[in-house]
Amino acid sequence: MNASLQRIQALWLRYALLHRRSLVRAFDIVFWPVLDLLVWSFVTRYLQQVITPTGPKVVLFFIGALIGWDIHYRGQQAVTISLMEEIWTRNLVNLLIAPVRLWEWVCASFLYGATKIAVVAVLLSLIAKALVSFNILAISGSFIPLAASLLFFGWSIGLVTAGILLRYGYAAEALIWGIPFLLQPFSCVFYPVHSLPAWAQPIALALPTTHAFEALRMAMRGEAVQASSWLWIVGLNAVYFALALALFVRMFRRARVGGQLGRLGQD
Amino acid sequence: MSLPLQVKELVYSYPASQSPAVDRISFDVRPGEIVGLLGPNGAGKTTTLHMVLGLLLPTRGEVRIFGQKPTDRGAVLSRLNFASVDVQLPSNLTVFEALDIFGRLYSTPDRRSVIDGWLKKLDLERFRSQRIGSLSAGEHMRLKIGKALLNDPDLLVLDEPTLSLDPAMAEQVRSILKEIQRERGMAMLHTSHNMHEVETFCDRIVFLHRGKKLAEGAPEAVVKRFGSSSLQELFIRVAKSGELFAEEGKPS
Ligand SMILES: Nc1ncnc2c1ncn2[C@@H]1O[C@H](COP(=O)(O)OP(=O)(O)OP(=O)(O)O)[C@@H](O)[C@H]1O
Ligand SMILES: [Mg+2]
Repeated sequence: MNASLQRIQALWLRYALLHRRSLVRAFDIVFWPVLDLLVWSFVTRYLQQVITPTGPKVVLFFIGALIGWDIHYRGQQAVTISLMEEIWTRNLVNLLIAPVRLWEWVCASFLYGATKIAVVAVLLSLIAKALVSFNILAISGSFIPLAASLLFFGWSIGLVTAGILLRYGYAAEALIWGIPFLLQPFSCVFYPVHSLPAWAQPIALALPTTHAFEALRMAMRGEAVQASSWLWIVGLNAVYFALALALFVRMFRRARVGGQLGRLGQD
Repeated sequence: MSLPLQVKELVYSYPASQSPAVDRISFDVRPGEIVGLLGPNGAGKTTTLHMVLGLLLPTRGEVRIFGQKPTDRGAVLSRLNFASVDVQLPSNLTVFEALDIFGRLYSTPDRRSVIDGWLKKLDLERFRSQRIGSLSAGEHMRLKIGKALLNDPDLLVLDEPTLSLDPAMAEQVRSILKEIQRERGMAMLHTSHNMHEVETFCDRIVFLHRGKKLAEGAPEAVVKRFGSSSLQELFIRVAKSGELFAEEGKPS
């Protein structure tokens, strides 16, 4: 096997094994998303009864959006948590002095995130189907590529937070956990762009997540997602990914100049 | 042929501090040689090792491992390994899992039997399926040394490897390392505060104090040159009145 592939696989295994070893971590994969989904399912059922008992099931849109956001959020978290894991367990130096390329580690953390998400997405879809007869498979043609784009943007944000962590250590922890939530209001997860105040709309339109959630709503209404939406999603994602990667590499290099790299987790 | 390690005029200043932690240090490690990096707490040993490993970029000067910069992260990293008191293996993996993962990362041929070999030699066989987090400090240190030998390195860097080992185990680890040195000509750079160990184990010592190189040579030769009775005595003298030495660069 190609040596790079073997290393990526080894790192993936290193993160995957964490879950076999720890019930709490296995819990973490399913616990919060499932609880979230339960709350929202009950809320949407109630709203449906109050607002429009016989009308179209508009409130189901919440469920689709919730699953989409979870995919994005978990993609980001996986990258950050993989790095934190190395810092917590003081294993980072072992990896840095091994013939592991930075991009190989990045790929492994992405794949680890994708694996977690695959598990969560399947689970959530099944629960959504059972609870509110929301059948995500009916729109799988659009849902899968949209979910992939949300995951991809999650990776970009994950690279940014991982870079900040490398450079500033735990001092920047609040920022690291906060960034996804900073983006959420502008990502139009649960409401259309035009419902935002005028000043917030340009910010929203500059985020690939906004376009993805708009497209997701279209798909859930049974409309075809327009080519222009896809263009925005792919284009913005490419730009943010390139920026995030550049920032991550820059932070890594800075940490090597400043002396943080060898001593992360010891402060 | 390029030397395992060449350190030239190395300088490093931490951004937050006034004086450099490492100040114009030069030394080599030749094939099959065991070099001890010595000095009081804060002398700059770990900082030097971090530059050798490419974890830290020198402010000035350079490091060459087999002629290459460690920061190039190329083939040179597969000829190098490192174990330290400060660096741990993932506490939530078992002993075997951790070695298996590092074996994969180093593309160790015949991984399983190599791992079993080291587990046996380092007296860790019975911990094979135990979580690393539950090992004693000395058991964990032995495991780290096992990990550092997985790629059969040509240059092994060790930061206080025997600190947590009992005397018998420390002796065993030293004899294992000596054996590899003899058989394969592995070069070693290590730090230690155990002067007895340094005297018996190292071919050469590099004595640091406040970031500067104070002396270099075979342990006996250095002791003699400074008119001391032992390395231990010399060390204590330097630690107490080091500034004089550091400025003059020779004994008073
Ligand atoms: N991040 C940092 N910022 C500022 N100064 C630092 C930093 N890290 C280390 N130092 C200082 O650099 C000097 C050298 O530290 P180093 O860890 O290399 O010493 P050492 O020789 O390994 O000591 P010990 O025997 O205690 O392990 C020390 O005075 C230390 O306080
Ligand atoms: Mg030290």
